[in-house]
Amino acid sequence: MKVDASNPLWRFRGITSTAMLFFAYLYLPIVILIALSFNENRLATIWTGFTTDWYVVALSNDDMLRAAQNSLVVAVSATVIATIAATLAAMGMSRGRFRGETGVSAMLALPLLVPEVVTAIATLLFFVAIGIKLGLLTIIIAHTVFCIPFAYLPIRARLEGMDPSLTEAANDLYANEWKAFRRVTLPLLWPGILSGAMLSFIISLDDFVISYFVGGAGATTLPIYIFGMIRIGITPEVNAISAMMLLVSIIFVSVSFLIDRIRY
Amino acid sequence: MSEVVISAQSVSKTFGAGADKVTALDDVSVDIFQNEFFTMLGPSGCGKTTLLRLIGGFEQASAGQILLEGQALNDLPPFKRPINTVFQSYALFPHLTVRQNITFGLEMKSISRADANARADEMLELVQLAQYGDRSPSQLSGGQQQRIALARALAPAPKVLLLDEPLSALDLKLRKEMQIELKRLQTETGITFVFVTHDQEEALAMSDRIAVMQSGKILQVGAPREIYEQPTHRFVADFIGDSNFLRGDLVDGPNGGHAISFGEGQVINLAQDVKSDKLKDVNVSIRPERLSITDAKATNGNQLTGTVTFVTYFGTDTTYRVDLDGQGPVTVRMQNGDGANAQFGKGDRVGVVMPAEAIRVLVD
Repeated sequence: MKVDASNPLWRFRGITSTAMLFFAYLYLPIVILIALSFNENRLATIWTGFTTDWYVVALSNDDMLRAAQNSLVVAVSATVIATIAATLAAMGMSRGRFRGETGVSAMLALPLLVPEVVTAIATLLFFVAIGIKLGLLTIIIAHTVFCIPFAYLPIRARLEGMDPSLTEAANDLYANEWKAFRRVTLPLLWPGILSGAMLSFIISLDDFVISYFVGGAGATTLPIYIFGMIRIGITPEVNAISAMMLLVSIIFVSVSFLIDRIRY
Repeated sequence: MSEVVISAQSVSKTFGAGADKVTALDDVSVDIFQNEFFTMLGPSGCGKTTLLRLIGGFEQASAGQILLEGQALNDLPPFKRPINTVFQSYALFPHLTVRQNITFGLEMKSISRADANARADEMLELVQLAQYGDRSPSQLSGGQQQRIALARALAPAPKVLLLDEPLSALDLKLRKEMQIELKRLQTETGITFVFVTHDQEEALAMSDRIAVMQSGKILQVGAPREIYEQPTHRFVADFIGDSNFLRGDLVDGPNGGHAISFGEGQVINLAQDVKSDKLKDVNVSIRPERLSITDAKATNGNQLTGTVTFVTYFGTDTTYRVDLDGQGPVTVRMQNGDGANAQFGKGDRVGVVMPAEAIRVLVD
């Protein structure tokens, strides 16, 4: 391994142990969670032997499967809507300067900074005020809102890195606006769009606070279901479900990361 | 000359409004002919690229109009103009192969795939990159990308090819090669090339005619030799090549011609037919290589006297700095040849001979 000698932090003798402590702090809980999902004992914290039974139990739990299905429906819908909106927003923001551009840019990213509880209460109040029935639809609407900035940022970054004369070149070569978009802009933007969509998907799948507030009684998503389970007690089944969610997240985030690295 | 292809008529272009208003083109009129290598030359910000973008349809004129073969282009979008562009950044589509790049325009014009591919091969042959069709643009060198950009723009056989400083990203050696290459392509295809550059050497080497631009205006249009030898404006004489500038009064010369008086009885005859209302303190230029120095006592006319202040030997020629009496310094460049001028050194009193036809009275 090559070490930058000019970096004073590398001269600190305890660097290796400190780094290990740091990563243990980050990942040890997750490692324990995964390990305990293979625990034979009903009590999650007492290790008695290895088994994969809890995965079988989890996957044959109809309530859990229904919650997972709800989560999937919400995540897919929110992702599709948010990604389309984000793509259009990014395209609009890239075409020249206009008054208040900085303000609009800031407002697009603002949902990332507003405390989630505030958004959740505000959204709930809004739905109640306009008299819409709480359920999966309200969750989808609320998720779409906070997914947009996550989808927007990678798409915008792609567009910024794109030579503006590429679109002009397409126009110059007899492609009208639509054909230029479909044949040149979209293919070049595609990795950013996909990366943004995957991020949105994971953020939506993972959301608890907003879903909990605006979901109402019938619409239980996976995080809400897990929350309900641990109120009774942490069982290896919860661990197993969590481990599976983690796996899905890791896959999506990795793929998103790899796609975003595509360079022509 | 042959037919007019592009005709710009009183074209103006302004950007912004109010206090931020910038005039990029100011009432520009010019005709560009069939099968011509036409260059727009000027420093950055002179409006040359704006005029090119107006012809391409990427910008709309604020006033005036541009005609293509007599038809007003007005607000026709770029994709409806039979005009193609080679962009400064080449703008090759990175997600397509070289061949797909070249067939892009043909496909958009609904030309069959077989015909498009045949045309692409023909174009690759033309730019001498026949083996590169299946590569990705990022696998090519700068010079090769340049050729592909040319092939792509030439493939749909446009009436006019626009080139926006296409050589500026190349190193000197490659640039020289591409200058010859561009000229060859223009001659072989017979397509009108409209070329934008700030490099005067490039413009002189390739162009049939050059338009010299400054501050949104075209100052002079002419063949390279005409631009170089008969500049009309001080800016043109200064921007292209080296020039000596002097100031004098316009007086009557022999045989009904004109002459320039530099005071103290120093009068130089002109060959130029000057049509200037201004008589006092006019601007005059002369190229260093058109001057020569002789003995101060020689009296062959059209000669000013001065003192040599500096001599620089360059091998093929020698440059003399001569302080003209009452006029300030001029540079004289003489070929070394048989060594006839080797006798002059620093501090010598000399006569500087100015051939009448080499002196230009300029618009300031």
